[in-house]
Amino acid sequence: MADPIVVAEGLHKSFGDTHALRGLDLSVPRGTVCGVLGPNGAGKTTAVRILATLSDPDAGHARIAGYDVVREAGKVRARIGLAGQSAAVDEKLTGRGNLRMFGRLSHLSRREAHRRADELLDRFGLMDAADRQVAGYSGGMRRRLDLITCLILRPEVLFLDEPTTGLDPRSRGEIWDSVRELVADGTTVLLTTQYLDEADQLADDIAVIDHGQVVATGTPDELKATIGDRLDVVVEDPAALRPAATVLNALTGTDPTMTGADRLSVALPGGGLRLADIVRELDRAEVAAADVRLRRPTLDEVFLRLTDRKESVR
Amino acid sequence: MITSTPPLAHRLRWTFADGLTLVGRELGRLRQEPGELIGALVFPAIMVVLFGYVFGSAIQVPDGGDYREYLMPGLFAMVTFSAVMGVMTRVATDASRGVMDRFRSMPMARLAVPFGQTGADLLTGLLMLAIMVGAGLLVGWQPHRGLIPTAQAFLLMIVLRYALSWVGVYVGLAVKNDQVADTMVPLFLPFTMLSNAFVPTGGMPGWLRFLADWNPVSALTAVSRELFGNPGAPSGNVAWPLAHPVAAVLLWSAALLVIFVPLSLRAYMRRGR
Repeated sequence: MADPIVVAEGLHKSFGDTHALRGLDLSVPRGTVCGVLGPNGAGKTTAVRILATLSDPDAGHARIAGYDVVREAGKVRARIGLAGQSAAVDEKLTGRGNLRMFGRLSHLSRREAHRRADELLDRFGLMDAADRQVAGYSGGMRRRLDLITCLILRPEVLFLDEPTTGLDPRSRGEIWDSVRELVADGTTVLLTTQYLDEADQLADDIAVIDHGQVVATGTPDELKATIGDRLDVVVEDPAALRPAATVLNALTGTDPTMTGADRLSVALPGGGLRLADIVRELDRAEVAAADVRLRRPTLDEVFLRLTDRKESVR
Repeated sequence: MITSTPPLAHRLRWTFADGLTLVGRELGRLRQEPGELIGALVFPAIMVVLFGYVFGSAIQVPDGGDYREYLMPGLFAMVTFSAVMGVMTRVATDASRGVMDRFRSMPMARLAVPFGQTGADLLTGLLMLAIMVGAGLLVGWQPHRGLIPTAQAFLLMIVLRYALSWVGVYVGLAVKNDQVADTMVPLFLPFTMLSNAFVPTGGMPGWLRFLADWNPVSALTAVSRELFGNPGAPSGNVAWPLAHPVAAVLLWSAALLVIFVPLSLRAYMRRGR
């Protein structure tokens, strides 16, 4: 495994009485995508702001490519890109004007700043809109411009804080494609998101944070494995839901949840329970099942279990 | 704090270069939206018409003289003071849209941002002043005392404008929100009108007259009237800032810079820390 390029150890940060981070540890290997998942208020943005040198931790420390984010902030800034929750571009300028300005502010020569702006506009499909004012861009185009503004200096680490929040599915897909391209180039990406499918699509590793701490880490598959497979049962007659629930409870030891007017879902305990046994028990209770299926849990289910939230995060 | 500090000369050079880039940003914005400059001038233009021709027809200038000649120095001062609102709005917009955070997360010179913002305002300020001079000449205003005093008057306006733009930086960083900044813009009107810009302060009730006499808008207006040779230059027993308007404008500028440059720099460096 490659050396971690992003390391955070025991980060604490409070705003008044609010403890945004309480000992956050994080490690992201070079060239991978780390998805940071967490409900609103879990501390995702605070963590990103500290890693991107915008905010100092109260305790703990963090290093990017070996440089301390507080003491060597200048060296860190030369190696990172940050795309925050809003499109941080000048709406009054054109897309090309923005890229040229940020290129100059990144200390590229005028010629190099112009060349790089055109290169990025072309590569990420914004050339047609290059000379239009950003105020007239769609939400997706703005986010894409925001994203490529981070790429002017070819950062080693890219922080994306909820890059697709508020975008339509097509624009989200376009942002995802852009992120995949960057990763193919070897950029390390740290991505916070509330959309679990986004993490599932993009992330090599996931860190679930809640109340300012990492509560679980692993690949999406590993995280799904930690809570075991799920069993879905669809009954033919909704009246049979109650006896079916009783059977499932007896088999698994947990109360199934209703996932529809005629269906139940329950987490299976690790091993020992076969589909045939379940079908037989349902038969014995005279429950007519239209469908009985074992499946991997979705990341949503993992997330809800880990963060102990009753409501869905979407 | 930073372990490997680049040499000072190197840092100064980049502060200057990055500041210039941000001034260039203002040019880019103006090219995209020249209407914005016009928009900022609509209000003084309305004042030219409203006061120059409507109210002015009934206002008696002390010592006689043409009211529009009396009015234009006040409007120059008004345009000068619009620097506070303009810079405040731009800084607050950058702060709320995340542009300020992007600047902070980039390896650029830190001080370049507030210096670039105030430098950019100087550029728009000069353009606005030029347009106002054109409008003034159109309605019959002109400087009467020759080149040097005229140049001095404009120079003092620019000095005070630059100092005022730092007030805008500080307030913009303090509110951090462009909508809050927008709600503060209307305060501009009573502030500039509570002065000698439109009418002499002599007829105001004592407490109001005190405020108006010490309002920096009045000092700047008095400077222009004196140096342009326009009517309404104060005489007799008047408040100190009106009797010594050049010194008053310089003192105001120095005081604003001494207070607001450090405050703004601190606010810019510390935000989110």
